[in-house]
Amino acid sequence: MEFLMWFSKPEHTKPLGLVIFFVTFIGIVIYAYGSKKRSDQLESYRNIPFLDDQEDTKDKQ
Amino acid sequence: MAVTTYSGAEQYNFDVVKKFAVMSLVWAVIGMFVGVYIASELAWPFLNFDSPYFSFGRFRPVHTTSVIFGFGGSALFATSYYVVQRTCQTRLISDGMASFTFWGWMAAIALADFSYVLGYTQSREYAEMEWPIDILIEIVWVTYLILFVGTIMRRKQPHIYVANWFYLAFILATALLHTFNNLAMPIDLFSMKSYSLFSGVQDAMTQWWYGHNAVGFFLTAAFLGMMYYFVPKQAGRPIYSYRLSIVHFWALGFMYMWVGAHHLHWTALPDWTSSLAAAFSILLLMPSWGGMINGIMTLSGAWDKLRTDPIMRFMIVALSFYGMSTFEGPMMSLKEVNALSHYTDWTVGHVHSGALGWVAMISFGSLYHMMPKLWDTKIYSRKLVEWHFWLATIGIVLYIVAMWISGITQGLMWRAFDEFGNLQYSFVESVAAMHPFYAMRAIGGMFFLTGAVMMAFNMFMTIRQGKRESAALEAKLASKLAHA
Repeated sequence: MEFLMWFSKPEHTKPLGLVIFFVTFIGIVIYAYGSKKRSDQLESYRNIPFLDDQEDTKDKQ
Repeated sequence: MAVTTYSGAEQYNFDVVKKFAVMSLVWAVIGMFVGVYIASELAWPFLNFDSPYFSFGRFRPVHTTSVIFGFGGSALFATSYYVVQRTCQTRLISDGMASFTFWGWMAAIALADFSYVLGYTQSREYAEMEWPIDILIEIVWVTYLILFVGTIMRRKQPHIYVANWFYLAFILATALLHTFNNLAMPIDLFSMKSYSLFSGVQDAMTQWWYGHNAVGFFLTAAFLGMMYYFVPKQAGRPIYSYRLSIVHFWALGFMYMWVGAHHLHWTALPDWTSSLAAAFSILLLMPSWGGMINGIMTLSGAWDKLRTDPIMRFMIVALSFYGMSTFEGPMMSLKEVNALSHYTDWTVGHVHSGALGWVAMISFGSLYHMMPKLWDTKIYSRKLVEWHFWLATIGIVLYIVAMWISGITQGLMWRAFDEFGNLQYSFVESVAAMHPFYAMRAIGGMFFLTGAVMMAFNMFMTIRQGKRESAALEAKLASKLAHA
């Protein structure tokens, strides 16, 4: 369990945290913007609020 | 993407949405009236009537609880139940649980307000409720979480729309914050009084970890969920960029959790902690503005709606105030700026530019969009919506300008030294200098309250109109059937 002591030192965990969070952030950006096909699919979800849009005339007919 | 045909109001549980929407307006009027009253107490102290029951100290949490949890909370319950059902195209999983969240939440707010007036408080800002009320909130909130997650799990739409992500983050984060901030030991099983499990600087740190995340998740993330659904709906066009909303969500959710300690600059808190909080506060500007741009750009190509549609105006002005507050906040989190601004009215002005400008305006816009649809009618008076918009906007501007002048004056007076190194002004001189601005703030509040009362009246008439139309329609159908 000696290796756990390595994490107790801020000079180790600070850069480690930076690397983990930065890589995660870059991963999210690549996920969102990296592929044309995925981008098109993600952008198609914009229309979800309009999919059940008959409410303006419902029950009044 | 799945497309499900809308098959009438019975498909969804709109009953609970209606109840929360109505109570949201009731709490808005109560909370804003108390706000105007306590603002007036500061300008004209005779209003305290030398009675503890009327004192600023007891009424202030009544104001904050009624507007944040009563008005804002009810608007969030209403819109989240509406949005999750419509974007998942499924009904809430349990009508009983939905009803319980309504009555439980109303009871919690009413009991909290009543207990403050009687003098019960645990003295934690925005979490003044004593332990029995905290337990009630905990039970209501867990029920809300189960109901929301259960409904998402039963969705007919394979993708979870981004508004629901924001709502879910708000529900989860609030559960976490409420639980840990309120860990306390009652002095007796039958006593309202309790003491926090934390002490000293840890207590302050926990309080502000809660306090700023209440701003981040309750007053920001949740209302962004509202924005991501109602701005596109009102504009009649989809959100500007769905991919930007994904980056916005994760960046905002991650960064907010770190910034609470910027409320404790220049205190016993270790210096690195508040510096870290300041650094994250500055970083937070980027996702905040990303979200604002995403909302505002939704109107790209349809800017004329700003001229013609007062509801759209509420929403876009809300986003503009969101952008302004999320610029001002990081600036105030810088240690040098904070040395001047902290403990002054500048902070109060900043909070209200967010609370009135962003939270209240986006809620008003969303409720104006949603309530006529719930009662299947049109808004009773668009003219009153126009009036409400201008009264609210003028009220906010009066409020925040008064607090900017007052706050910066206070900060400068408190740090001024004479040629001998003594403080140049006594504290009471700074109080006297504030008087005109306190009166100006109270008047700004009156403008805002008048607008809210107009909205309550307008929505009351809208509901009445909707009910009359439904009754007339039913009578017509019944007569047709009788003659068939």
